[in-house]
Amino acid sequence: MSVDQATVRRIAHLARIAVTDDEVPHLQGELNAILDFVAQLDEVDVSGVEPMTSVTPMAMKKRVDEVTDGFYADRVTANAPASDDHFFIVPKVVE
Amino acid sequence: MTDLTQLTLAEARDALRSKTISASELTKAHLAAMEQARALNAYVLETPDQALAMAAKSDEKLAKGEAGPLEGIPLGIKDLYATQGVRTTACSNILGDFTPQYESTVTSQLWRDGAVMLGKLNNDEFAMGSSNESSSFGPVVSPWAPPEWPQDKLDAALKGDKKGLLVPGGSSGGSSAAVAAHLCLGATATDTGGSIRQPAAFTGTVGIKPTYGRCSRWGIVAFASSLDQAGPIARTVRDSAIMLRSMAGHDAKDTTSVDRAVPDYEAAVGRSIKGMKIGIPKEYRVDGLSEEIDRLWLKGVQWLRDAGAEIVDVSLPHTKYALPAYYIVAPAEASSNLARYDGVRYGLRVPGKDIADMYEKTRAAGFGSEVRRRIMIGTYVLSAGYYDAYYVRAQKIRTLIRQDFENVYHAGVDAILTPATPSPAFGIGEMGASDPVEMYLNDIFTVTVNMAGLPGLALPAGLSAGGLPLGLQLIGRPFDEEALFSIAEVIEQAAGHFKPQQAWWA
Repeated sequence: MSVDQATVRRIAHLARIAVTDDEVPHLQGELNAILDFVAQLDEVDVSGVEPMTSVTPMAMKKRVDEVTDGFYADRVTANAPASDDHFFIVPKVVE
Repeated sequence: MTDLTQLTLAEARDALRSKTISASELTKAHLAAMEQARALNAYVLETPDQALAMAAKSDEKLAKGEAGPLEGIPLGIKDLYATQGVRTTACSNILGDFTPQYESTVTSQLWRDGAVMLGKLNNDEFAMGSSNESSSFGPVVSPWAPPEWPQDKLDAALKGDKKGLLVPGGSSGGSSAAVAAHLCLGATATDTGGSIRQPAAFTGTVGIKPTYGRCSRWGIVAFASSLDQAGPIARTVRDSAIMLRSMAGHDAKDTTSVDRAVPDYEAAVGRSIKGMKIGIPKEYRVDGLSEEIDRLWLKGVQWLRDAGAEIVDVSLPHTKYALPAYYIVAPAEASSNLARYDGVRYGLRVPGKDIADMYEKTRAAGFGSEVRRRIMIGTYVLSAGYYDAYYVRAQKIRTLIRQDFENVYHAGVDAILTPATPSPAFGIGEMGASDPVEMYLNDIFTVTVNMAGLPGLALPAGLSAGGLPLGLQLIGRPFDEEALFSIAEVIEQAAGHFKPQQAWWA
């Protein structure tokens, strides 16, 4: 499988990465090189094989559903590019 | 007085305990060496004030006889580990001046045991790379000089574009370079596809990626969460064993961390390997493997045989599919993990006409080209219509890769010996410019270990014809890091230590 330029733009949008017109052909070549490389996986017979979900066999750890951490909003927002009164400021999203 | 940076971690520990040296003078010697070596670009942030304060505290503890296992030992920390109040960037512009409000579990355990932080070490951006060239802080220069370069040529390259000087491997290139250049006694590193073992092999140092779940991932910038593991790089097998004991352990904050006692790994160093069964996988004799690496591998086999180990041929039939499967699984997980960098909560923000435009501009400006490429591949293989063909298939192949190892271990094999890399270190600017896959092939021998969640150790075993370090890799059973330390010590004793030329960079 290989990607065309329209697909490159669609992936970039899904990934929320802006691409310029100049970048698209270059990205297309690189992505197709990687897709060519992984295409060799098609020759492996995987019928009846379970996909791996956990590399170390272990039971999912659980804990009591209770608040164990928090109450330091100033620390949570300390690195924000824009914040006010412990809120993150973003461009308007609702008209 | 002798140069304190020439001590091994174990020697320094013993000298501190016997009060032959102080933690403060040990730290000062390293800070001075770091200042002299800034041209190597191994550290992206030096923290001398913090280092001296920690060392002074260690001296107090040593005086009172309350020394921890790493008391007064100066270490470098890969910039992927969150360090409270100390800038942490993963060497990406998108994190900017991010200053964590918390400490990673692994580093907090090192400080608990008395270690001293010298600074933050360079790495490939978000640990994506095999040469440290994708760092937003620029490449790291290996302390190993290119064969036969005269001093004036080295000086000119070091002051100029650095092209042709050698890479220290990646992604933990700052860690491997700093350890090899004696700019710390040991360093933390991380390994997703080979990022501890390949840089160790390129710089003549020892690196171990422990079993998945052995070290907590909490507070380490995530790349591919089912593959990422923390581990040390140090100058000897013993030093890496000492460090791993402090780094390992259960952490309730990482649900994949394993609740198992941490053994005294140092006690395994020097233990007899008589009667151990060592597997030699025929699939690692790949086309294009350099003859000198093949010879070194045979030498390793002979050393282990001489030490009383039984050598057996084994087969890991799905080996060749590990790297392509990795380039589906790792980017898929990365595209999900890196979705958090959106310009809202921390790091870079580039304004846009609306919020979606802000996201897209921020991520285009903040991520470097290799990271953008991997996020896009990951997004593609997870997108509707391709998920089964790529992602599910890759995870099935991962099951087969793990079964290959299980079959070998089930047959009584204790560990597997392979080359660590297909070649010695290459020059800065020489690889992967036109085809990203060329760079990816560096990890061909290491990536299987991450895919199967096993422990893997790389150590130097000889020099190339050009005088550059070549490494061997040992792959172990799950949670049997001790066997790796015992076997590695045998190789280290036989092969000796490998040091770069005198400090040509100073």
